[in-house]
Amino acid sequence: MLKNKDRYLSFILVSPSIIAVFIFIYVFIGWSVRVSFSKWKGLTPDYTWVALDNYKQLFADPRFHVDIRNTVIFTLIFVFGSITLGFLLAVLLDQGLKGEAFFRTLFLFPMAISFIVTGVVWRWLMNPAEGTRLSGLNLLFSHLHLDFLINDWHTTPNWGIAAVALAAIWQMSGYTMALYLAGLRSIPQELREAAQIDGASETQIYRHIIIPILTPVTLSALIILGHISLKVFDLIIAIAGKQLPLDVPAIYMWQSTFDGLFYGRGAAIGTLLLVSVAVLIIPYMWYTLKSENQL
Amino acid sequence: MNEKKYSIGFGNFKFSLPAPSFRLHKQWLYLPLILMTIFYLLPMYVMLVTGFKPFAEIDLKTMWNLPTRIGFDNYIAAFQNLAPALRNSFVMVIPATLISSILGSINGFVLAKWKFKGADFIFPFILFGMFIPYQSILIPLVQFMRAVGLSGIPALITAHVIYGIPITTLTFRNYYASLPQELIEAARIDGADMLGVYRYILLPISIPSFVVVLIWQFTSAWNDFLFAVILTGNKDWPITVALNNMAGSQIIAWNVQMAGAFLAALPTLLVYIFLGKYFLRGLLAGSLKG
Repeated sequence: MLKNKDRYLSFILVSPSIIAVFIFIYVFIGWSVRVSFSKWKGLTPDYTWVALDNYKQLFADPRFHVDIRNTVIFTLIFVFGSITLGFLLAVLLDQGLKGEAFFRTLFLFPMAISFIVTGVVWRWLMNPAEGTRLSGLNLLFSHLHLDFLINDWHTTPNWGIAAVALAAIWQMSGYTMALYLAGLRSIPQELREAAQIDGASETQIYRHIIIPILTPVTLSALIILGHISLKVFDLIIAIAGKQLPLDVPAIYMWQSTFDGLFYGRGAAIGTLLLVSVAVLIIPYMWYTLKSENQL
Repeated sequence: MNEKKYSIGFGNFKFSLPAPSFRLHKQWLYLPLILMTIFYLLPMYVMLVTGFKPFAEIDLKTMWNLPTRIGFDNYIAAFQNLAPALRNSFVMVIPATLISSILGSINGFVLAKWKFKGADFIFPFILFGMFIPYQSILIPLVQFMRAVGLSGIPALITAHVIYGIPITTLTFRNYYASLPQELIEAARIDGADMLGVYRYILLPISIPSFVVVLIWQFTSAWNDFLFAVILTGNKDWPITVALNNMAGSQIIAWNVQMAGAFLAALPTLLVYIFLGKYFLRGLLAGSLKG
């Protein structure tokens, strides 16, 4: 075991980080929660206690209802799409085809670029202009005689957020693929061979052996993608700016606080986002750190 | 990639090509792969092709056509517009990346190999910061920066360093934890003290982890929008904010926006192309387990 002097020194070495994390994460969260219980509105802080008023107003607010609806639609499409696509790509790339490294590199490259760049490009791909001003993917569909695919993309009433989810799938499915590929490569080959000898078909092997083994990977992917979609912000801003039909909690928080100076409401939205992310993340961290059988 | 053993996140993955388990009409498998390739490349194609068209050929109606001759008009226009922001991004990203990587390495070392009482509690305490939605700390962050008189690029660097600590600590701690404890013990028997062990034993073999962490931090700071848009004003905008404003303006044509998007993506794309293996490792570390 360590000598006292060494323990002391090691604590001193990490203490700047611990203090920084303590202030910038935990104190700030507490501070933000406190603001959410205040009636602070305008440039000067006002910590007058109003209990849950900001939260009550939010839940009665039609705009916040749109936010929740959009978040649910976005999350369902984005998470389901990325997981399905990522899994299928990983299985395809796991077949020992020639050029596997090329495809893998290609499918992952959107991860290197920002949501802003993705958004700016997709905003032109998903240009909803009609008739002679047809452009982007709609124009491509028209060239390919696939006119039935022409649509209004992110300006579709009520479902515009689904188009944004498509761009998000483009960005993140490669990541999901990488997670699954790492999982597939960790399955011992003998397991598949044994199943083959027992007469299992390829589909059976996937259904009864591989997919169950990959459950932890699926869980990780669900949680990581899920928490990304709760926080989605830049991508929507870059595709459509701050438009009400595509509103999400992160944008509403931003506009309440920094455009409208409704600090109390902004803090309440931030707190609700934190709670919904924590519900996903804390059990996940608990589980991973425990099952790591650490230290 | 045969028989390489990577230690990623909390688990060990063997990256090795298994023998193909079934061979029926394998060439058909290229069909979905090629379709997906088209899906991934479409935005890239439009961005590049538009960028290289001379102004005379710019028309939304012909956006899918190849240019008849190569021009740089769009890149020149975009660069003139974005040059200050690109400079800001570099000025901000380099110190942010270096400082948070060094802090992560020290933390990782202590939390894996030189633990004090309560160290096992400190690790999840730090790690949680990796996942929080920053909307839940934005108001205090702005107030705090204002109170201590930090603004513009220094404020942004501070935010990236501190909010980068969880992921850099995680990566280094996992790497150091995978090293045998005997390595440390042997050095101590030879009389090395704590800093000596770190400086002469661990640091020299940490280069691959440093590459992973530097790339990860570089990419996330370069690509960040939220902190940048809140902490910086007009003059210190990094590239993401400047590009978004350019795209939102009515004055700048879509073709210049495409060229601008490419300029904004280029640094991280180059890192990805040349150091992809390390990039992937950072990516998987970010999932805790993989």
